[in-house]
Amino acid sequence: MTGQVASVQLSPVDDALTPAQRDDLRVIAGMMIPQSRDHNVPGADDAAIQADILATMGRDTPMLRAALDSIARLAGSSLAQLDDTGRDAVAREFRASGGAAAATLSRVILQCYYRDDRVLRSLNLELRPPFPRGYELEQGDWSLLDPVKARAPMWRRVP
Amino acid sequence: MNDPVDVLIIGAGASGAAVAWSLADTRMHILCMDQGGWMNPAQYPSTGRDWEARFYGDYSPSPNIRARPEDYPINDDDSPIKVVNFNGVGGSTVMYTAHFPRLHPSDFKVRTLDGVADDWPIDYDILAPFFAENDRIMGVSGLSGDPAFPPTAPPMPPLPLGKSGARFAKAMNKLGWHWWPSDTTVATTDYEGRARCINLGHCTPACAQGAKASTDITYWPLALRAGVELRTHCRVREITTNEHGMASGVIYYDQDGVEQFQAAEVVVIACNGIGTPRLLLNSASGRFPDGLANSSGLVGKNFMFHPYAHIYGYVDEVTDSNRAPPVCLWSKQFYETDLSRGFVRGYAFQFGRGAGPVFEAVTSEARGLLPWGAEHHAAFRRLNGHRLGVSAICEDLPEEHNRVTLDSHLKDSHGIPAPKVDYTIGENSAKMMAHGIARAREILDAAGATDICVNSPILYGGWHLLGTARMGTDPARSVVNEWGRAHDVKNLFIVDGSVFVTSGGVNPTSTIQAIALYIADQMKQRLANLFD
Repeated sequence: MTGQVASVQLSPVDDALTPAQRDDLRVIAGMMIPQSRDHNVPGADDAAIQADILATMGRDTPMLRAALDSIARLAGSSLAQLDDTGRDAVAREFRASGGAAAATLSRVILQCYYRDDRVLRSLNLELRPPFPRGYELEQGDWSLLDPVKARAPMWRRVP
Repeated sequence: MNDPVDVLIIGAGASGAAVAWSLADTRMHILCMDQGGWMNPAQYPSTGRDWEARFYGDYSPSPNIRARPEDYPINDDDSPIKVVNFNGVGGSTVMYTAHFPRLHPSDFKVRTLDGVADDWPIDYDILAPFFAENDRIMGVSGLSGDPAFPPTAPPMPPLPLGKSGARFAKAMNKLGWHWWPSDTTVATTDYEGRARCINLGHCTPACAQGAKASTDITYWPLALRAGVELRTHCRVREITTNEHGMASGVIYYDQDGVEQFQAAEVVVIACNGIGTPRLLLNSASGRFPDGLANSSGLVGKNFMFHPYAHIYGYVDEVTDSNRAPPVCLWSKQFYETDLSRGFVRGYAFQFGRGAGPVFEAVTSEARGLLPWGAEHHAAFRRLNGHRLGVSAICEDLPEEHNRVTLDSHLKDSHGIPAPKVDYTIGENSAKMMAHGIARAREILDAAGATDICVNSPILYGGWHLLGTARMGTDPARSVVNEWGRAHDVKNLFIVDGSVFVTSGGVNPTSTIQAIALYIADQMKQRLANLFD
């Protein structure tokens, strides 16, 4: 797969997350959205998508750290070091009890995944922002309004 | 030292801009201050590939999440509905859906008609010419002839029905229920220097095309050309008074954070239903120990949102999704009181076109519709681009325990005490929401939708901030009189949603602006004896 991350400006990955946290982020993202050959899409553990997450996490960084710390606690050490059964158990518990931090982690993974060129292409979505080209919107059938136009006035008169 | 001005308007949003434009023809020296600055449409979210992600960050509707320098924090921990707004030139018209209904004639007479709350001291007929004037300047697209409303004449044709609107229309016809294309301030033709809508879709967090009317591109260019001065990045801390109990000016922080005083003959507050009581309460003094203009004790009380219930599902055909303005139709089928429903007053429905891929993924994952693992991809393809949603916007009755006060600890970046909201959804509103959810299920069922989800109340749905400096003729039961002047301070006017006596069951911006134009007109007619 030779896709690329959307036109998001990627900056060099800094040390916002520790190597262990990055490993766990990659693992949990891949558990959430694995690669699919059927749909010809990468998993969310793909290197380009992970780089997008790390480069754009910005104001979400404290919550992501909290989420990854929570995962590490549930795993006993590191999610990446567990086998599949252990990882599944941690993920279930994390999703059930992770609160706002878990919601932030999920959202950050999803918002980066669903702007990746390869993913958008698979969904038949255009690889561009809405502006400046916009989209076409069909008028629709205005005769549908005829029965409503035929109604008597229904607003309430006031004294 | 700043030169004194004749009129000082605080806030450059929906109402402040309208008042500034209207008063400009008096040729008085009019100054408006806003805590924010001019927006740059080239930086709006829809210009970038991260357009959806920014809704969760620097273009979140919540000031607490967005946290731009222009924003002030709001403690809404004790409310099931969180406050959303926007601060800057244009105010919350920069960040709104542009859905533009008016309050109904019955909304001004709720005590007379239904025995609840209070009647307004003004009525629909008084506001009618100002609604029309505002429609012309904001640029409203819509269709005349709605049987659920008195005659109107929108200057532009309505937005297309599209796939989503047509599907809803068929469903409503099957049920025999009222629907109509929404009035909107999204321009469907080139209009007064604004380009027509090209369906960017991501309308709410600001329109890069300029098709959506916000007052920075409608009223403000006109007001500035007419000589009004707009001073940005100036945050007003308090309104000062003189020995006669009149407003003498304001203390504010300029863009460098330096404390300044601005003298004014007349002060007009246009800071919305939270910012206005906050300012009045922060203006407490020896003369006004309970806050300015608060002899009634009602400043900050009777706070009203519109509780929203959102119901959505998924259909087999592709919808318009995020590729069109988000709201297409309204229904007033359940707007007017019918006591057989178990509540008084009513609600409107707003029909949505769909969602973008990130929003779909985030909300569906959180709700459990979008699984983790190998099934994720197939599930997402069933959901994405297939959503139809409908919202019931419910009339909220005024209750004094719903209120805005000053937080004892929280402060903004200038050290000014922040507002605190205490709010609960009333029994009547809760019954209304339940009714709306049940009817919306029927609509979605008639539209062929499955996997129905309910989001009630919409957590970040506190757009409409009303009632905290209510209008009335009795100084003991209201804060301003029937033409917007504070009962207690004869050169102080309030023109925003704070003056609403009741909320109606529709988005209030059109009515807020019509009231602002009406108050400005009253001021102009009374210039010779404005302070009598």
